[in-house]
Amino acid sequence: MTLAVPPLTSLRLQEIPNQTYQSATDRFDASWAAPLSTLLGLGRSAGADFIEFFLERRNYISCMAEDDAITSISPSLTTGAGVRVFKGKSDCYVSTNDVSFHGLKAALEKGLSIMGLLLPATSAYVPEVTLEMFRDYGKTKENWLANCSTMQVMGDVLLGANASVEKAAKHLQARRTAYFRDWQEVLVASSDGTFARDIRLTQSVGANVLCADGEHRSSIGQRLGNTSDPSFLTAWDYGTTAEELAESAGKMLYADYVESGTYPIIMANHFGGVIFHEACGHLLETTQIERGTTPFMDKKGEKIAHESLTAWDEGRSNESFGTIDMDDEGMPAQRTLLIENGILKNFLSDRAGSVRTGHPRTGSGRRQNYTFSAASRMRNTFIDTGDHSLEDLFASIEKGIYCKKMGGGSVGATGQFNFAVDEAYLVENGKITRPLKGATLIGEAVDIMQKISMCSQDLSLAPGFCGSISGNVYVTVGQPHLKVDSITVGGR
Amino acid sequence: MSKVTEISSNAQTIAQRLGIAKYDIYGATTDSTSVQVDKGEPKQVKASNRASVTVRVWNDQGRLGVTSTTDVDERGLELALKTAAEASAFGATEHIPDFSPEATAPLPEVDVTLAEAAPVGTLIERLVTAEQALLQAHDAIASVPYNGLAQSATEHFYVNSDGAQRSEERTSASVYLYTKTEQEGRKPRSGHAVRIGVGPDNLDIDGCLKEATDKTLSHLDYEKIESGKYRVVFSPEAFLSLIRAFGNLYNAQSILDKRSLSTADSLNSAIASPLLSVYDDALHAGNVGPETFDGEGTPTRRLPIIENGVLTNFLHSAGTAKRMGAKPTGHASIGAKVSVGSNFLHITQGQPPETSYSLDAEDNVILIDELQALHAGVNALQGSFSLPFDGWLVQKGQRTSIESATVAGDFRQLLQSIIYVSPEEDITPSGVAPHVWVEELSITGE
Repeated sequence: MTLAVPPLTSLRLQEIPNQTYQSATDRFDASWAAPLSTLLGLGRSAGADFIEFFLERRNYISCMAEDDAITSISPSLTTGAGVRVFKGKSDCYVSTNDVSFHGLKAALEKGLSIMGLLLPATSAYVPEVTLEMFRDYGKTKENWLANCSTMQVMGDVLLGANASVEKAAKHLQARRTAYFRDWQEVLVASSDGTFARDIRLTQSVGANVLCADGEHRSSIGQRLGNTSDPSFLTAWDYGTTAEELAESAGKMLYADYVESGTYPIIMANHFGGVIFHEACGHLLETTQIERGTTPFMDKKGEKIAHESLTAWDEGRSNESFGTIDMDDEGMPAQRTLLIENGILKNFLSDRAGSVRTGHPRTGSGRRQNYTFSAASRMRNTFIDTGDHSLEDLFASIEKGIYCKKMGGGSVGATGQFNFAVDEAYLVENGKITRPLKGATLIGEAVDIMQKISMCSQDLSLAPGFCGSISGNVYVTVGQPHLKVDSITVGGR
Repeated sequence: MSKVTEISSNAQTIAQRLGIAKYDIYGATTDSTSVQVDKGEPKQVKASNRASVTVRVWNDQGRLGVTSTTDVDERGLELALKTAAEASAFGATEHIPDFSPEATAPLPEVDVTLAEAAPVGTLIERLVTAEQALLQAHDAIASVPYNGLAQSATEHFYVNSDGAQRSEERTSASVYLYTKTEQEGRKPRSGHAVRIGVGPDNLDIDGCLKEATDKTLSHLDYEKIESGKYRVVFSPEAFLSLIRAFGNLYNAQSILDKRSLSTADSLNSAIASPLLSVYDDALHAGNVGPETFDGEGTPTRRLPIIENGVLTNFLHSAGTAKRMGAKPTGHASIGAKVSVGSNFLHITQGQPPETSYSLDAEDNVILIDELQALHAGVNALQGSFSLPFDGWLVQKGQRTSIESATVAGDFRQLLQSIIYVSPEEDITPSGVAPHVWVEELSITGE
C-alpha cells in the first residue's frame, strides 16, 4: 500500500483555479490524490451528497486474418474521465476527454449545475476530502502490456490458425480469425474516501468458418477469452479449435431446419450458460429492481427456481473473462451467491442500486468505459454442478433437442427471453439422431427457472460480451450440462 | 479556429515532423445531454463532451496503418500518427485502401437546420410531463421503466494529405418512452415509441406519447397463437430492421469477403418480387441530420439497390469500388479494414401491384410491429431468421395482441414471396418504408 498525499490546508474557492498539480499524465498513481481530493471537496461544498471520479486510460488493439491475409490491425488509444454527482436518489454523470485538473473541474461544475447545486461564495473555504490509503490493484500488473504479443506475433498466430482451419474443414468458403487485446487502467476516487486503481488486461481470440455446398450453408464460430495472462495468444491451441470448428460446420452443413414446438432440451455446458445469464441473471441486477422490470424484486428468501439449481456470480474466477479485482466504483469484487437450491439469496448491486433499492453493494458496479456511469452488472456467472451424470440427462428424454452450441440472446422488460441455437441435434430415446438448425429458444424467466430439473457435474465456463445499460462489458457464462423439462422452440 | 481546423492543422505539422507523407483523418466531436425520469422525478442526467479521430498512415512501401484515439490534442495526435506508422509495417499487402477519388468532389447541398440546445431543466420537465401522461392514460400502465430525452450537437470531418478538408455540423434530439403494464392475473405487457428531430423544440413528444399509449393498450388483451403458417405483414420499422440485418446481400465488402448471400454476378438478377424497390438515401428529406460525406470523404447520394425486384447496385467504399470496377457510393466507414454499410434506407413500391390488400379486409393475417433480438436470431450468412416479435393477429381489421411468438424463414425466399407493398410510407428514425406483405411464414406460439 502507498499512503495518499495528506490533504493540504483548506483552500478558498477563489484559489482553486490557480492551483497547479503535478499528477502523472502517463499513469494513475497516488499523485492524483491532491487534485481529486480538492475537487471532491469542491463538490461536497456545493451540497452534493456523493461525488465520484472515474479516470480511464485504454490501449486497445485488434487484429483480423481472413483466409491467408492479415486484413486489419487496429490500435485504439483512449483517455477520459467521468464524474458522478448524487443528490438524494438522483444523479448526474458528466464525461470528458480532458483529464487535466481544469478539465475535471469543468466536468464537475457542469454536473453540479445540472443537479441545481451552487458553489459557495468565492471567499468560502473548501474542505478537501480525505482519501483512503491508495489501494493499488495494478501494482503487480505493471508489465502486462509490455509482455503482450507484438503485432508481428498476432499476425503469425492468426495466419497459423487460418491455415489449420483450411486443413481441417471441407466445403470451406471463408475463414476468419480475430484477436483483441484490451488493456485498461482505471482510477476511482469518491467522496466517501475511496481511492483505488486497477490495471486490467482482457484478451480474446475467435475463429469462424463458413462452409457452403450448393444451397447448403453452415457457419460456426468459437471464441476463447482470458484476463491477466499476457501470453494468452501464443498459448492458444488453434489446431484443436480448427478441428472442432470443422467437425461442427461439417455436421451442420446439411442439417434440417428444426420443427417448431415445445420440447424437453439438454443445454450443453460452457456457453450454454447464456440461458441463465439472460433468463435470470439480468433479472437479479438491482437496475432491474429500480425499473420494476424483474419478477424477482420481492422474492429474496423465496424459492424462484427448481431445487436442483444453485448459481453464483463471482468477481474473480481465476483468469475467466469477467474477472475483476475491483469494480468500476472501487469496491473489491465479491463472490455472490445468487440462488441456493432454488432459493433467491442475493441481488447484484452497484452504488446507485444500493441507494435506490437498499440491497448491499456486491462489487458489481461495471461500465464499458468512462462515457458510462456504472451499473449493477454480472461478472462470472454460472450454475453450479449437480448430482447427475450426462448419461442420466439423455436417458430421461424420449424426444427432445440437444443444444450443443448457443448463439446470443436477450431478455425483455417483461421477462421474456430468447436465444439462438447455433448447433443442435434431435434426441430420440436418449440418443442423438440428427443435426438441426434454425432453432430459437423462447420463454418466460419465471417459468424456465422452475423447469431446470437436472444438472450434471461437468461445469465449464465460457467468455461472453454483455450489452446493457452501462454498455458492453466482458462476462463469463457457465453451467454443467442441464435439462430443461420443456421449452418453446421457434423454427420452421 | 474551429476544432476541426485545429486538428487538421496540428496533424499536418506533426506528420511533416514525423516524415509521414500520406495520411488521412476522419473524426467527430460531440456535445450531448440526456435525461431519464422515474415517477415524476429526475433519475439520471448524462452529459458529455467528447472527440475521437481515426488516422490512417501509408508508409514508404504503400502499406497502411491505422489508429483511433480520443486524445485530439497535439500530444495525442502525435502518438496516434506514430502508432499508425508503426502498424503500417504489418498492413495488408493486397487491396490496400487508398484515398477516395471523390474525396474532393463537390458535396451535395442539403437544407440543414441547427437547433439550440435546451436547458437540462426543460428536458426533465418535458419528459416528466410525458411520463405522467402515460401513467394516467390507463390504470394498467404501471411504469415507464425505460425513457429518455436526449440532445446532441456533432461535427464530423475528413481531411487528407492531398488537401481534402470537409466538415459539417448537425444537431439532433430524440425521445423514447417504454411502458410496462401490471394487471391482476395477466402477464406484464409493454409498448414503446421513439421520435427524433433536429432539436428538442421540434421533437414530436406528443406523437411519441400517443404511439406508446396506443401500442400499450392494444397489447393489454392478448391471446396465444397457434403455431403454423400465416400470411405476414411487416410494419415499416420491422421490415427495415430485417433488411438491414441481411445487409450483406448488397454490401460489396461482404461479397469480396465471401460473406454474402450474393456474389459479384448477382447484379442485375431478380432477387425479390418485382413489387419491391429499395434505395439508400442519406440525403432523404426524412433523414434528420443527413451526412453529405462518408468516412473516406466520398459524397453520399441516393443509390438504387433493388429496382422492381432486380439487384442493381452494391454499396461501395473507395476500395471495393476499385476492385469491382464501380464508383464509390458514399457508404464507407474508415478503419484498417474499411467497412461498408447503409445510411438511410428507403423502401418503396416497385412495379404497380395487380392486387391490393388491406388489413381491414383480410382474415388470419399476422401484423408484425417490431422484431426483437435480431443480433441473436438472424443468421445472415445462411439467410435464415427465427425472431421473437410484437404484433397482432388481424381478422378483418380486428387486432388481437399475440402473447408471445416467433417468426421464422429464409430471407431470400421472403423477398420472393412479397405479395404487396403498400403505397403509404412511414418515415422512421432509421429509414422510410411502407407495410410489406409476405405470402407465408412460420409462426411459433408458446
